[in-house]
Amino acid sequence: MTMISIKKVQKIYPSQKGQVKAVDNVNLEINEGEIFGVIGYSGAGKSTLIRMLNGLELPTEGTVVVANNEVSKIKGSKLRKARQEISMIFQHFNLLWSRTVRQNISFPLEIAGVSKRERAKRVDELIKLVGLEGREDAYPSQLSGGQKQRVGIARALANNPKVLLCDEATSALDPQTTDAILDLLVDINRRLGLTIVLITHEMHVIRKICHRVAVMEDGKVVEMGPVLDVFKNPQEEITKRFVQQVTEPEETKETTRHLHEKYPEGKVVQLSFVGETADQPLITELIRKHEITVNILQGKISYTQNGSYGTLFIHLDGPKGEVEKAIAFINTHQVGVEVIANG
Amino acid sequence: MDNFLELIKWEKLILAMKETIYMTSISVIATFLIGLLLGLLLFLTAKGNMWENKLVNSIISVIVNVFRSIPFIILIVLLIPFTKILVGTMLGANAALPALIIGAAPFYARMVEIALREIDRGVIEASQSMGANNGHVIFKVLIPESMPALISGITVTAISLVGFTAMAGVIGAGGLGHFAYLEGFQRNNSIVTATATVAILIIVFIIQFIGDYFTKITDKR
Repeated sequence: MTMISIKKVQKIYPSQKGQVKAVDNVNLEINEGEIFGVIGYSGAGKSTLIRMLNGLELPTEGTVVVANNEVSKIKGSKLRKARQEISMIFQHFNLLWSRTVRQNISFPLEIAGVSKRERAKRVDELIKLVGLEGREDAYPSQLSGGQKQRVGIARALANNPKVLLCDEATSALDPQTTDAILDLLVDINRRLGLTIVLITHEMHVIRKICHRVAVMEDGKVVEMGPVLDVFKNPQEEITKRFVQQVTEPEETKETTRHLHEKYPEGKVVQLSFVGETADQPLITELIRKHEITVNILQGKISYTQNGSYGTLFIHLDGPKGEVEKAIAFINTHQVGVEVIANG
Repeated sequence: MDNFLELIKWEKLILAMKETIYMTSISVIATFLIGLLLGLLLFLTAKGNMWENKLVNSIISVIVNVFRSIPFIILIVLLIPFTKILVGTMLGANAALPALIIGAAPFYARMVEIALREIDRGVIEASQSMGANNGHVIFKVLIPESMPALISGITVTAISLVGFTAMAGVIGAGGLGHFAYLEGFQRNNSIVTATATVAILIIVFIIQFIGDYFTKITDKR
């Protein structure tokens, strides 16, 4: 079932140098229960896009329908009612510092007109759900970044929304806290069947929790698909750069160049494994069947929500013709091969 | 020594103090309410805010600036006809109230506006994203989140109001200013003047102490 449908959406801002197209003819369908990621550099329009999903921004043209509410059209109390079903968490948490953890989580319930007794009960459940037991009466200033985002998540879940929007929700957190918050989001997605839309500039976040991803550049969606497919076979230049953030650590290029200088003979080859192919004893067979030496330079396996994806950099050397045969052999094993440096 | 204590005129001093406290408390309460209202309007009608309205914003802004700029002693004189209609007389503590409130409320309104502008826009947006209406935003976000600044602002305003009451006293409103001027200055009794000054200082210190205390306990940042 479609939970979010964005059709021919444009957002144009007037500026001194004429009009700026922040979002340019975007079409997206997001299914119920899906974790959908939008990745792009700053200024790509992803923030404007996500803010149109709860009516914080209105599209200049096109329609946005979320949980059967035409968010781009409704106003006033109807929009406010709809917003209780489409909650949002933020990069800078946006908690009320004058309220304790408990009071912050209670805030959206007060807005929804929930009775005091019901509120207390619901807040207790939420505190348990996000793992903030013992911090109920602390003020935001006494919490760490990760704890603040947990309050943000609990607050967002208070009115049992259908959709959770995450606006760079982990960008202000350190890597370990980011992972813990991402795990919490996956857990919530599985337990509550919540549809999650997140925007980020970190491929790590997409890789770790998203089912599908859209890549945005200059207001347009340039590439979209299941995360594993995009990892396996990135089409656009920008997508390749994002994928490299995860699969190829910075030092890879340097290592490759260094090795190539040291062993000018042979070839440096990048192998990409997807899913089960990662489990085959490919290298063993390669050495047994061919008269070559294999030098493993670097390897990495990344787990995504749709399966695992691995890359391995190896250096092959041997008699003329034998290296080419070896590469052809790898090709028959459904493993991607790309020659990076030629001897 | 008895003679010295007699010179202070205790009964008159106590009465004057009561009058000053009366004028200050009533005008502080009224200034707080009117200033808060004007400050909220200034903030909410400003560009990019909930009730963005250039016309209303400019009108309030001009009124606030005009009344904030008129020296208090002139404001009292200017307001004499208005006070006479409102209170029926221009003598006594009640007659000073309109001028005190009209003099202080615009000043406080600006402080309220500044306090509200300090609130993180993201917090207002977050509450709107949860479905908050304007009433929720004003009473559950804007006022509580700016409370420490609102309190320290009203403390400063209250202390200026004590000064204003003394000025009002000189032209017949009663209170410590009147006491110091009439019994001290005009009768050449400097002990009375000094006593009145000490009494005003005590009132100011108490206001400052209370204000600081409440600013501190409401500030959870």
